[in-house]
Amino acid sequence: MVKEYFFEKTDRTNAFITRLGLAMYEETGGPLEGKGIAVKDNISTAGIPTTCGSRILAGYVPPFDAHVVTRLREAGAAIVGKTNMDEFGMGTTTENSAFGPTTNPHDASRVPGGSSGGSAAAVGDGMVDMALGSDTGGSIRCPAAFCGIVGLKPTFGRVSRYGLIAYSNSLEQIGPLGRTVTDVNTLMSVIAGPDPRDTTAYDRPYTHTPSGEIAGMKIAVPEEFFGEGVDPAVAESVRNAIGKLEDAGAETMTCSIPSMAYALAAYYVTCTSEASSNLSRFDGVRFGPSVETKRSWHDEFRDHRGTLFGKEVQRRILLGTFALSAGYYGKYYAKAQVARENVRKDFLRIFKDADIIAGPTMPQIAFKLGEKSDPLSMYLADILTVPANLAGVPAISVPCGTVDKMPVGLQLIGRHFEEERVVDAAFAYEMEVA
Amino acid sequence: MVLENDVEGIAKLADIHIQKEELGEFTSQFNHILEYFDILDTVSDGEEGKADLVNVLREDVVTPSLTQEAACANAHETEDGHIRAPRVM
Amino acid sequence: MTDKTVIIGLEIHCQLNTKTKLFCGCSTDFQGDEPNTHVCPICLGLPGAMPRLNKQAVLYALKVAKALNLTVPEVSEFSRKNYFYPDLPKGYQISQYDKPIAEKGIMEVDDDEGHPKNIRITRIHLEEDPGRLIHKTSRDRAGYSLVDYNRSSIPLIEIVTEPDLRSPKEARRFLNKLRSTLEYLEVFDGEREGSIRVDANISIKGHNRVECKNISSYKGVEKALNFEITRQRNLIRKGQRIEQETRHFLEGRGITTSSRSKENENDYRYFPEPDLRPLRVSGWVDDIVLPELPDARRERFMTQYGISENHARTLTGDLKVANFYESVADADSAIAAIWVADILLGEINYRSMRIDDVPTMNIADLIALIRDDTITDKSGVEVLRVMLDHCMGDNVETCEMPADIVTRLGLTKAAGDDFTAVIGEVIAANPNAVADYHAGKKGAVNFLVGQVMKATRGRADPKELNRVMADALKETEE
Repeated sequence: MVKEYFFEKTDRTNAFITRLGLAMYEETGGPLEGKGIAVKDNISTAGIPTTCGSRILAGYVPPFDAHVVTRLREAGAAIVGKTNMDEFGMGTTTENSAFGPTTNPHDASRVPGGSSGGSAAAVGDGMVDMALGSDTGGSIRCPAAFCGIVGLKPTFGRVSRYGLIAYSNSLEQIGPLGRTVTDVNTLMSVIAGPDPRDTTAYDRPYTHTPSGEIAGMKIAVPEEFFGEGVDPAVAESVRNAIGKLEDAGAETMTCSIPSMAYALAAYYVTCTSEASSNLSRFDGVRFGPSVETKRSWHDEFRDHRGTLFGKEVQRRILLGTFALSAGYYGKYYAKAQVARENVRKDFLRIFKDADIIAGPTMPQIAFKLGEKSDPLSMYLADILTVPANLAGVPAISVPCGTVDKMPVGLQLIGRHFEEERVVDAAFAYEMEVA
Repeated sequence: MVLENDVEGIAKLADIHIQKEELGEFTSQFNHILEYFDILDTVSDGEEGKADLVNVLREDVVTPSLTQEAACANAHETEDGHIRAPRVM
Repeated sequence: MTDKTVIIGLEIHCQLNTKTKLFCGCSTDFQGDEPNTHVCPICLGLPGAMPRLNKQAVLYALKVAKALNLTVPEVSEFSRKNYFYPDLPKGYQISQYDKPIAEKGIMEVDDDEGHPKNIRITRIHLEEDPGRLIHKTSRDRAGYSLVDYNRSSIPLIEIVTEPDLRSPKEARRFLNKLRSTLEYLEVFDGEREGSIRVDANISIKGHNRVECKNISSYKGVEKALNFEITRQRNLIRKGQRIEQETRHFLEGRGITTSSRSKENENDYRYFPEPDLRPLRVSGWVDDIVLPELPDARRERFMTQYGISENHARTLTGDLKVANFYESVADADSAIAAIWVADILLGEINYRSMRIDDVPTMNIADLIALIRDDTITDKSGVEVLRVMLDHCMGDNVETCEMPADIVTRLGLTKAAGDDFTAVIGEVIAANPNAVADYHAGKKGAVNFLVGQVMKATRGRADPKELNRVMADALKETEE
């Protein structure tokens, strides 16, 4: 039976690109029945425009649902709209959107984080209970931390990427955002599971009930997560939070991730390289704003892409094109893959002794709008979130107090396919401070 | 260190038109970022990761295609079921 | 003629005859269908779609690799070849680069003197085809293109040779043999439009190499290479430099033209396809059972059927012809070899028919009629022509049985004695020829025999007729 869901909440933060005032859902008896869910606008929705926050996809209506959207519908969810984001996921603030920036629900002069800023703001501002985001280098965890909500980046391959408009295929995952660990757990259980259409995905469904029982859980705290560039007040909040986990029975130890020295560079080389290729299909022929077909294809494509891609997207395409070009592949792309493997090995080594790695999600609280105008300084803000993407391991951000009245996020990272343990640690913290 | 005309060359390869007046800023940002990437020179040669998932294959069984109408639905110009594109000759 | 200074290497793109495309479940059987009706989000390159590799295509590639003696490395993977073109929906082609599915093989062909030689195969890799472009011109002269993506993501294997070929004819022989090998492996259908495309690298020893791209026929390869050799030799003779460049072959005009693209513009920025997992299939090769291949079948035909090497070569060059021959050889393998190789193939070629349009039952019947001396060879050809002229392709019913044609047209062979009356008429009607004969011009008898043959529509056995005619002429001597 199809039912109606009226979505009338005010969008104070510019969280949505597309809103459905009347969303339909099916009475499926599923765990999300009758719940309004927001979906990041880089996840394909049949019949609903999907823009990736870019002018180059204006007017595009996918003829198919992403796997996760199918799962949402099967679970009885009402998809209420598509949320704002940095264009193609390229940003840490949701300022790089063709549809204007989203603002932070806690302070309208600040950014919500990015790139899933719209999803995080929609949840943080109470418009929806849960939303889907995608995380390439922190794009779920960063806005979750900045908006004071919970966000989980799953293990690479646990959630099908089919229908996620690719920015950096080898790094990104779709994941849940919610106000509570329980909500995030529920949404995760809906979207995880096998999908033959994503041949990089595993058959590892997620059926878990969060448990606060973490006595004996071993938590490693990397010194690099509290190093230069991390706001001391943020660091203190996070250390206090780790203390709460000890109170709940966890054992803590210090550890080191030496590959953090070059992880961010490896990340940006990899994601820009993949992006330079992924974004080649936006040529205005089969979809997107029209091209003048009487001009030569080369002139037309160049102008089309030069006009309709935003500056940050252009910058990353150029960086990636350069990193893959003849004579530079070895110095950049190939080296980045070795670096990436080193990061993975560092994690595997630590996870021999520890169950969880804990630290801040972001080195600072939410930036002021316009604060990060220099690209490199924006990139540097991702330093604590990219390692989990490079290693492919699951990571959650859970709110752990405030600094200057702005939320701080505690990041908990687990072994491959141990989302359950990561969720339990986050749940234990949530209960401890409740 | 890349120069403005290097960036122009890369833009050409990437099929993106960069305005002349933006080239200077692009080039300086580019150099900042590339300088940061130089840290990768400290990574000694080693193994790339090995995939644990291999031979993920599909059986050779036909599945339904889109209708011509659906295939062309997002294209701006069509002609006799074809999609129009800029000229190549 | 083999010329040791000509250096040729080939890159051959062959369409694999899988049921579905390389990375999606769309049917490959689109010939004659409307444009953009065999497409889906994957082969249209819609945002968010992901490739799924066709297992059959991998198995076919491995089969070819085994037949051409290539090694299958432990790990192979797909890479993206990045370039822009309106027929390439994703802006990159999923291909293989530094980890192809198979490497280092050999195929034997005859050189121009008929001696066998080994051509080294560098590699075989799997890749997807782009869509198809139609160039349109409009009234205001600014043209545009139309794209049909039905072909997009059709599976291809690219077979790359070392520069071991020494003449255009040798290259043609290599391609013919490759084609027949692929057909024997049942991985390829040479009759499909665009099923094979060749890029040929050619140079004269000591000079720059030229790449001729996108030659789409076997004949075209030979033509393009001949043209290039002449062009390059002329330049060398005039003391001019040969540009290292890519040239396009214009099939219609039989010439190559410079495509004015400099080699260094082709920076394809290959990198591993992140949406596909690697292949570890070297262990699969042992399980692949190869069918009898053309060389082995040719040898067998010679020993089993006692036919000449030339006949065996012609009959085994094409899988369907070889199968056809074997199904009609029972009646009389020697007569069958002559009738299939020397007569039938020419007759169907003339009519643009295919061998599978001809029912084997009918040809077996014809061979039996010849074997049993029921009709003359000449009548046999007539029967065959009458039959083929009314054969409607696949419809076996329309193909009249030779025995019925013989009855209908009264072509049963007759002995010379039956034609006494006709011989008398011919002798009476041609006194000059008879006089010539008596004057010692023995050749005149051929003319007279020919007249009888004409009048009897070839039903007479020529040997028999000669004897009776000689007797009749003797009688006119008195």
